[in-house]
This record gives sequence, C-alpha cells and structure tokens, in this order.
Amino acid sequence: MSAILIIEQILNGLQFGVMLFLMAAGLTLIFGVMGLINLAHGSFYMVGAFAAAAVAGVTGSFLLALIAALIVAALAGAMVEMVVIRRLYASDHLDQVLATFALILIFSEGTRWIFGSFPLYLNTPATLSGPVTLPGGIQYPLYRLALIAVGLAVWGGLWWLIERTRIGIQIRAGENDREMIAALGIDISRLYTLIFALGAALAGLAGALVGTIQSVQVGMGEPVLILAFVCIVIGGIGSIKGAFIGAILVGLTSTLGGIFLPELFKVFTDPATAQAAGASLASMSIYILMSLVLIWRPTGLFGARA
Amino acid sequence: MADPVLSTDGLTKRFGALTASDGISLDVRPGEIHAVIGPNGAGKSTLIHQICGGLRPDHGRVHLLGQDVTALNTAARARAGLGRTFQISALAMEDSVLQNAMLGALGRSGRPWRFFGRALGDADLRARAEDCLARVGLADHLHARTATLSHGQRRQLEVAVALTLEPRIFIMDEPMAGLGSDGSAKLTRFLDRLREEAPILLVEHDMDAVFALADRVSVLVYGRVIATGTVAEIRSSAEVREAYLGEEG
Amino acid sequence: MIAERWLNLAVLAGLLGVAVWARIADQPFTITLTTRAVILALAAVGLNIALGLGGLVSLGHAVFFGLGGYAMGILAFHVQTYTPLEIGPISIAGSTSMPVIWLTAIALSSLAALGIGLLSLRTSGAYFIMITLAFGQMFYYFAISWNRYGGEDGLSIYVRNGFPGLNTLIPFQFFGICFALLCLVLLIGDRLARSPFGLALNAARQVPVRVETVGLSPFRLKLVAFVISGAVTGLAGALFADLNRFVSPTMFSWQLSGELIVLVILGGVGRLIGPVVGAVLFVALEHLLGGLTDHWHVFLGLILLVIVLFARGGIVGLLSRRRLGDG
Repeated sequence: MSAILIIEQILNGLQFGVMLFLMAAGLTLIFGVMGLINLAHGSFYMVGAFAAAAVAGVTGSFLLALIAALIVAALAGAMVEMVVIRRLYASDHLDQVLATFALILIFSEGTRWIFGSFPLYLNTPATLSGPVTLPGGIQYPLYRLALIAVGLAVWGGLWWLIERTRIGIQIRAGENDREMIAALGIDISRLYTLIFALGAALAGLAGALVGTIQSVQVGMGEPVLILAFVCIVIGGIGSIKGAFIGAILVGLTSTLGGIFLPELFKVFTDPATAQAAGASLASMSIYILMSLVLIWRPTGLFGARA
Repeated sequence: MADPVLSTDGLTKRFGALTASDGISLDVRPGEIHAVIGPNGAGKSTLIHQICGGLRPDHGRVHLLGQDVTALNTAARARAGLGRTFQISALAMEDSVLQNAMLGALGRSGRPWRFFGRALGDADLRARAEDCLARVGLADHLHARTATLSHGQRRQLEVAVALTLEPRIFIMDEPMAGLGSDGSAKLTRFLDRLREEAPILLVEHDMDAVFALADRVSVLVYGRVIATGTVAEIRSSAEVREAYLGEEG
Repeated sequence: MIAERWLNLAVLAGLLGVAVWARIADQPFTITLTTRAVILALAAVGLNIALGLGGLVSLGHAVFFGLGGYAMGILAFHVQTYTPLEIGPISIAGSTSMPVIWLTAIALSSLAALGIGLLSLRTSGAYFIMITLAFGQMFYYFAISWNRYGGEDGLSIYVRNGFPGLNTLIPFQFFGICFALLCLVLLIGDRLARSPFGLALNAARQVPVRVETVGLSPFRLKLVAFVISGAVTGLAGALFADLNRFVSPTMFSWQLSGELIVLVILGGVGRLIGPVVGAVLFVALEHLLGGLTDHWHVFLGLILLVIVLFARGGIVGLLSRRRLGDG
C-alpha cells in the first residue's frame, strides 16, 4: 500500500468529515441554544440538494444552484421553526422526537410527490472538475479539495460569528441562561428563528455540495443526520469545537476503516473472508469509536460534565 | 465518649476558583442532633452532597459507623445507613403517598428484583410504609396522589420516606423550609423524639428550631467551619456573631 | 381506572372479533392485516416497557425487532438450504420450530439490549436518543454488509415455521398464536407495572435521585427494563418475519424505530393498551390512506404533528378522559 493511497484516503476522510461538520454544527447549535433535538435536520440537507438540482437544471449555473440551496433551506428552516418548532422548546425530548419525525415524513413524502422517485443528478462545475496535482505528485480531484476548503471556511465563519459578533454574544448568553437573554431585552424568538435558519442553511449547503458526488434522492438526509448525531455524541452536545473534532474523527474512521480493515484482515485470513469481515467491521467502526468515547467520557470529548 | 456515627475529615471541594468546602471536619454522635447553620452560599448543600455521595470531595474522607464510605455511591451509602431528606421535595409526584413510602421500604428490604406479585400486596413492606406514614401524620392520605399534597404534607412525606429506611443516621436538609409556625413546632417536637432512634445531622435556616433542638451546632461560613459547640457556646461566640448571627439581626 | 380496564378488554375483543369475522367471511387478507397489527402491537408494547415505565426514549428498538427477525431467518435458512449453522466448534441444523426460534430471538435481543443499555444508559436525555438511534444504524449497515444472509436483499423463507399441534400456514391459526402471545405479554406487562420492580422503576423515571437515596440503583432498574423491553420487541420481530416469510435489513431501519415510537404515542404512552390501539390505528391508516394515495406518509405526518402539539396522552388518553367525564 503506497503513501499516495494513504494520503488520498486521508483527504477523502477529511472531505467527508467537514461535510458532516456542516450538519453537526447546526444540530449542536440548535441543541445548545434551544435545547431541541431535531430529527428533521436531514430534511434540510435533502431540501438543499433538491433546490440545487432543480436550479442547476434550469440555469446550468452551479453557483446559482448553491445560492438556491442556501436560501431555500434557510427559508424552509425559518418556516418550520415558526410553525412547529417554537411550540416544542418547552416540551420534553419525546415530543420533540415525535414532531420532528413527523416533519421527516412530511418533507420526504412531499419531495417524492413533487420530484418523483427517480434520483436527480448535479454536475460538478467545469471550473472545479478534474484533478489537481498536489505536492509530492498526488493527483486529487479539485472539487473534493474545494469541499474541504468550504468546510474549513464555514468552521472559521462560525467561530467568528460566535466569538466576535453581537449575535454570537446572544447565542453564548442563550446557552448559559435563557432567562438572562430575555432580561437583556433580546428578541428571543427572532434569535431562535435565525439560529434555526442558519443551521438549516448549513445543512442545505452540505446537501447541495455532496449532491454532486452522490445522487440527489429522497431519504438522502437521514443517514447523514445519524452520522452527524454520532459526531456530536463524540464531541459533546452543544459544542461547535466538539462537533468539528467529532466530525473529522468520524470522517477519517469511516473512510480509512473501509480501506484498511480488509487489508488488515488479509494478514490473518484468506482474501475473500478478509474482504467480507473487514467490510462488516468497517461498517461498525464509527459506532465502536462512539462506544469507546462513551465508556471513557459519557458526555463527549468537549461536553459539559454532567 | 461513644464513637461518632458519622464523621467527616477535612472535606475539601473546589469549583474553579470557588472553594465550596474548605477542610470541613465534623462528627455526629449517637443520640444527638448536630445542626449545621450558615448564611446562604456557605456551602451547606455542597457538604450534604459530599456526605450523601452525590459529589466526590477533592480531599478528605467520610466515615459512617467507622467505615470509610468516601468511595461509595449514593445508593451504597443509603444501604450503609444514611437516611436523607431533601430541601426541595424529591418525590414521585404521579404516584400515591403510600407508593412513595413503599419505595423507601422496598429500598430498605434490598429486594427490588421481584417482577410478579403486587408491590402494594407485600404485607411486610406495606406495614412498614403505613407505620411510618402514620408517625408523620399522613395516615389519612395513603392513596392521595402526591402531586395533590400541600407543601407541608410533602415535607412530612419526605420525613416518612427517610423513616422507612430505618437509617443509622438522618441527614436532613432544611426540613422546616416553607412550613408555617404550626408545622415547624410540630416537626420540632417530632425530631426531638426521633434522635433517640438515630442521630440527626440537621441543616436548617430556622434558628428557633435549631436552638430548640440542637445538642451541638456547627457554623459554616465560606466553606469553613468557624465554630462548633453547644447552643449556648455558639450564641455567646463573638466570632459567630460577627460572621453570621449579627447579620440576621 | 375501571373505564380503562373495560377499554383494554374492548380493544382485545375487537381485534379477536375482526379476525373471527374475517375467518367466517373467508377474508384471509383481513386476517393477515389484523395479524400484522397484533405483531406491531406486541413490538410497541415491548417498547412501552422502556418508554412508558422507564422513561427511556429509545430510537433504536428496530435493533431488537431486526434481531428477532434474523433469528428466525437464519435458523430457518439453514434448514431450508440443508447447510449446518456453525458457531465456532458447534454445528447445528437450524430450526423451523417457532418456540425454538422465539427463545433464540428473545435471547439474542436481550443480549443486544444489555450491551446497548450498558453503554447508552451511562447518559440520558438527548444523548440517549442519539446513541440508540446510532446503534440501530450500526446493525442496519451490518446486516447490509453480511452477504452470507442475503445482505441488502434479505432472506426469503418459503415455508412458515411450525408450532406443535397447529397448522401455521392457515392464517387464522397463525393469528391465534400471535394474539395469544400479545395477551400473555400484556398480562405480564400489567403485573410488571404493579410489581415491586415496577414501583421502583416508576420512581426511577420520575425522581432518580430519590431512588438512589433509598439505596437502589436507577441505572440497574432502567437497564433491566431495557432488556425486558428489547426481549419483547425481539419476539415480535420473529413473528413479523414469520408473517412475511421474509427478513431484510429494513427491519433494522431508523424508520422502523421511529414508527414503533409513533405507535406508542398514537395510542397513549404509559398506558397498557395504548400501543395496541396505536398499532391498530397505524395499520388501519396505512391500509385506508395507503389505498387512496401513495403519499399517505404526508398525512400520517400531519396527524402525528396534531397529536403531539394538541393531544398529549394519545387516543386512549382522549377516550378514557371522556369516559371519566361521563361517569
């Protein structure tokens, strides 16, 4: 196994990780500030991908498609927050789970109603297609490199938003003490709608960006949502830093496990068995990682101690 | 002098820069009521948590009946003989008064792993629960839903649940809180007799009750015990007056 | 309370009545539909032991449903293909006997519940929900990658497994087996809720700190509840597989976990008969709305939203409240 392959796979893992971060960031913000567990977050991922695919289909412009994904997902998020979610902040987690599960049903089946059951495809923009040569002579797809850059930029942007802006102060205040921010005269319901829309927009962006690598179809959001849950369980709920570290860990474990575990098993057993056993174990690797973190630190790497 | 039932030895607990318990050493001897008083934020709750097992101290030990229980969790300490009441009633509000008391009896019996047979049909447990409820004056409310009880009745139920445990020592966190003067007087008379069954570590704000009941008083200020002594000694201590009693008028 | 007991009996009598009517009117499809409702009810009654009694919002109960299904699938597959099932040095022929399959399903799902419970009960609240959901997905992907037993396509079992003295291929007899098991589990659930264990568990849900201070461990109480709950849902999974004569990874899917919670809530959480009412309602909606439009999930979602936002306590809650008001 060559060094080039290993570096390629590490980059793939990073790319997967930062896309998971786009999902996990919104989830963890929404949980940290509003105390809401949102199963419907995967729906915004799907909505973003479909919006992008539809706009790209009409205009042919990838940039317009991305903008559409952001806007439509943010609007969907704001609307959902105002109609349903804000009635759930005071409810227990069970109600939140049910209501957001209901939203998944509505979004998924509604999208199937509008777009049909066949997957749509988004093309990589011409300017970003093809490989680039990295130092050391590694050929790597430019588009995937761009995804890593976008993910890192979002991380930086969120850090700036939370640490350096007025809204960030309100968000941090809200995480500590909900009554205090009301006492400060901040319009709390507008703040919540804003945070929810922001989270939805990030999920929609992720959906559109990943939609060019995979196909755009109903049900694409939930597997990613569950992985994002794993990321924030590992990182600690409510922590952006934790979400990022968790996402990178999950991205790398998932990608590298799929490649290296079968290889590792070939040392011990025949290739066919190794391939099968390695693939099975690789599919479980991130959950094993999560279990280990849970044994070691039940509230995650960066979560508040219980 | 008889060996103490409960003793703490240099309990220290820090939360960041705040030292909530600063080398607290105190003991409770057989048959006595040892009151802990102190202004708000003095670290009384932190002390109770460390004694009962909800918090691990950074330093120091807790001994119960001569056994070092510092490493034991809350449930194990309860089985070893700690009977605790809560400042804010911690009761199963959806359940009946009797069911709450039965829970204590069930814990005392150590046999919760019975999946058939009605809990309320267990004659031994039920007799113990009803007896303890009668002692605190709740005999007429066995089947009332706990959520429908008045504040005072909930305080009584708190005490009854602790009684069902037949503990070797009671740890009572402000049992008088929110009771009217009638209720306080009644509970004071009750605790006065209760000390014969098991000694009481009483954390209390109600000074009348403390001065009426306590054999000894420890004064906690900023996480430190600044004085321990009889009621008379505490009343006459200049340091206590300055640090605490003076503020209360 | 009395009103609720009559409601319990009425619901069970209604289920039995529909099946008997369908038997007389020779409507095997209706019997199958009713059987489906009974099996889903059994799974949901299992979940309700964790959810209603223990307050554990498990979004991973499909794990146990799926394990029950695969217990049936794998045991029957080895008989069907005349290949021995080798577990280490042990080699067995598999089985097509329902009682053997049930016990295997219960053992497997209990074991899985013990493992998942030990890990996930270290946390609570939102963590618990996310972790159980994640473990469900782990089993789902594992089943997909396990090509020995059909991978993504699943396993078809051509002949329904047998029960001594009965012909399980006759829909009404298979219904009878499932219905009897449901009644048995409801009876056990009722006893459990009133038992000393139930008393302690009930308190552990409401005030765990109180349970600790009487010397009991809320963790262990909830763990045992989770294992019992998983075992019942596992049994339901084995029956479900036998109903369809087919198992596939979708039995492990997060949608199924979500639907099981929906069944419980639709009927009324914490009530004995709630999950049964929920399951009947769900199957009826699926059949009626599904007959009108392919997109019936949209309407299910809307109904669910209305119930969550406006009708806590579910259908049984609504009914028994009205009855109490009448009397």
